Amino acid sequence: MQPNPSTVTSGAVRRGLQGSGTHWPSVVFQVLLAASLLFTLVALLVLLADVLGRGMPVLSERGIDFLTAPLSSDPAKAGVGQALWGTFVIGVIVVGVAFPLGVATAVYLEEYATGSRLTRLVDVNIRNLAGVPSIVYGLLGLAVFVGLFKWLGLGNGRNVIAGGLTVAVLVLPIVIITAAEAIRAVPISIREAGYGVGASRWQVTAKLVLPAAFPGILTGIVLSLSRALGETAPLILAGAVLGSFSSGNADLLGQLLGPYTALPMVVYRWTTLPQDEFRQLAAAGMVVLLAITFAANGLAIYLRNRYSRVW
Amino acid sequence: MTATPAPAIRLSGDPRRRRRERLTARLLLMAALVSVVISGFIVLALVFETIEFLGKIDLADLFTIGWFPRRGMFDVLTLLIGSAIVTLIAMAIAGPIGLLAAIYLAEYASPRVRSIVKPVLEVLASIPSVVIGFFALTFINPQLVQRLFVGAPVFNLMTAGIGVGILIIPLIASISEDALRAVPRNLREAAYGLGARRITVSLRVVLPAAISGVVAAFIIGISRAIGETMVVAIAAGGTGGSLRTFDPLGPGQTVTAAIASLATGSDQVQGGQAAYLSLFFLGLLLFGITLGLNVLGDVFVRRTRQRY
Repeated sequence: MQPNPSTVTSGAVRRGLQGSGTHWPSVVFQVLLAASLLFTLVALLVLLADVLGRGMPVLSERGIDFLTAPLSSDPAKAGVGQALWGTFVIGVIVVGVAFPLGVATAVYLEEYATGSRLTRLVDVNIRNLAGVPSIVYGLLGLAVFVGLFKWLGLGNGRNVIAGGLTVAVLVLPIVIITAAEAIRAVPISIREAGYGVGASRWQVTAKLVLPAAFPGILTGIVLSLSRALGETAPLILAGAVLGSFSSGNADLLGQLLGPYTALPMVVYRWTTLPQDEFRQLAAAGMVVLLAITFAANGLAIYLRNRYSRVW
Repeated sequence: MTATPAPAIRLSGDPRRRRRERLTARLLLMAALVSVVISGFIVLALVFETIEFLGKIDLADLFTIGWFPRRGMFDVLTLLIGSAIVTLIAMAIAGPIGLLAAIYLAEYASPRVRSIVKPVLEVLASIPSVVIGFFALTFINPQLVQRLFVGAPVFNLMTAGIGVGILIIPLIASISEDALRAVPRNLREAAYGLGARRITVSLRVVLPAAISGVVAAFIIGISRAIGETMVVAIAAGGTGGSLRTFDPLGPGQTVTAAIASLATGSDQVQGGQAAYLSLFFLGLLLFGITLGLNVLGDVFVRRTRQRY
C-alpha cells in the first residue's frame, strides 16, 4: 500500500522543525548558565550560614548584654553598645544631611535647570562622584571634616559628627541619582495640569511632583542608608577609634565630640585580632550588622512594591 | 463710545510670590552646587598634600624594594602590582559569572525564576564588604584556597581576589543585564524567525548588539575591584608594610589596603610626616585610576544608549 503523501510530508516537516536529537552546545551553555547562578546562590548561602553559625552562639548566650556592653579587651565582656550608638548617630546625620541636600539637588536638576550647561556639569560630576572609592571619601573626611573640628578646637577632631558627615557625603550621589530618577518618572501631564491652573514652579514641585515621586525617593534614601551603615573604610580615616574607650559618664555633647566607633568598625577590629573568641564576637557583630542592612533593604523593597505606580 | 479701559490684571503676578520663587530657585541651585564643591575639596585636598609629600621625600624612595612607609620606602609598584593581582583574580571570577547570570536573566529566565534570582543578587549586593572580607578569611581561605594550593598562608592575595570577585558579581550582572535588555525585541524576533536556536540568538545576536554595555560593565567592575578596601585589608593581611611580590599566593598589599593599614597602625601616623602625607598620594593615585576607568565606562554606556 502506498503511504499517504500528505502524512509523509507532515512527518518530515515535524521532524525538521524539532531538529535532529540533542543540540549539545545548547545543553553545555545552559549548564554553564545554571552553574553561574548556582555559584552565586551557594556563595550567598554559605556566607550567611558561616556568619550565622559562628555568631549565633555568642548572641544567644550573651543576649541583650552583647548589644549594650561597651568595648573591652576581655572577649567575655566586650559588646557593641558604643558601636550601635555610633552607627545610630551616623545614620541620623546621613538622613539629616544627605536627604535634604540630595532631594534639593535632584529637584534643581530635573525641574529647574534641565539641559543647561551647569546642569550637565553637575550631572557628570555626580556620576563621577558615585564611582569614587569609599576610602577616598575617608581621605576627604580626614582632610576636611576632621581638620575643621580640630581647627575649631574640638579635641583632635576625630568625632562622630566628622564620621557621619563623611558617610553622608559618600552616599549623596546615590541619593541624588535615585531621587532624580523618581522625579523623572512623574509624567509631564501632572506638571502641565498644575501650570494650567496658574501654579508657580515651586508650587508644582512641592505640591504635585514631590508627593508623586515620594515613594521612589524614600526607597532611594533607605537603600543609601543601608549602604552608609555598612561602610567601614571611610570611618577608618575619619577617625573612628579602634581600641576600647570609655564614654560612660560623658553627656550627649561630650559623646558627640569625644571618641567614637561604629558597628562595621568594631567588627573589622575584632576580625583582625588573632584570638578565636574575638572572631566569634566579630561574627556576632556581623549578624547584628546584617540584620540592620537586611531590615533596611526589606523596607525599601516593601516601599517600592507597595507604592510603585505605573503612570 | 469710548473703549472701557482694560481691567488692571498684573500678568507678572504678585511680587511677593515672585520673590519667593527666586529665593527657592537660588536655594536649590546652592544645594546642587554642594556636590561640585565636594569634588573640588576632594581634588584640592589630595593634590595639595601630594605636592607636600613629593617635596618631603626623595623621588628615588618611590621605587625601592617594597612599601614600608614608616621607614621611608614608598614603592608604588608594590601596591600597583598587588591591586592588579587582586583585580585580575576578581575579574576572572566575576566577569564570566556576572555575564552568564546576566544572559540567563535577560534571555532564558521565566518571570518566576527571575523573581527569585534577582533578589538573590540584590541581597548579595547589599552585604557590607567587611562581612565578605571576614568570610574570605574564615571560610574561602581554609576551605578553598588552602585545599587547592597546599601550603598557602593565612593571608594571601588569592583569597582577597576571590572575595572581591564575589563582591562585584552583582554589579557586573546588573549592568550587563540592563545592556542586554536594551537590545530591541525585533532583533531577537528576526533571528528566531529564521529558525535560530536560543543559544545562537543570545550569543550571536543579542550579545554583539549589547557589547558596549557589557564592556562598560567590565570596566566599572574593574574600577570597583581596584577601589575595594575592606576585603583586601582583612584577607590579604597587609599590616604595616609589604615586599614587592608577584606571588598571588603570598600576603600582599594593594593601594587601598595600604591606606587602611597605614591609618589603623597602632602608632597612628600624625599630620605633617611623610608617612601621613603618603595617604593622600595614594588617594590621588586611586582617584585618578578609578576616575579614568569610570569615564571610559560611561563612554561605552552612552554608545549603547545612542544606538537604540
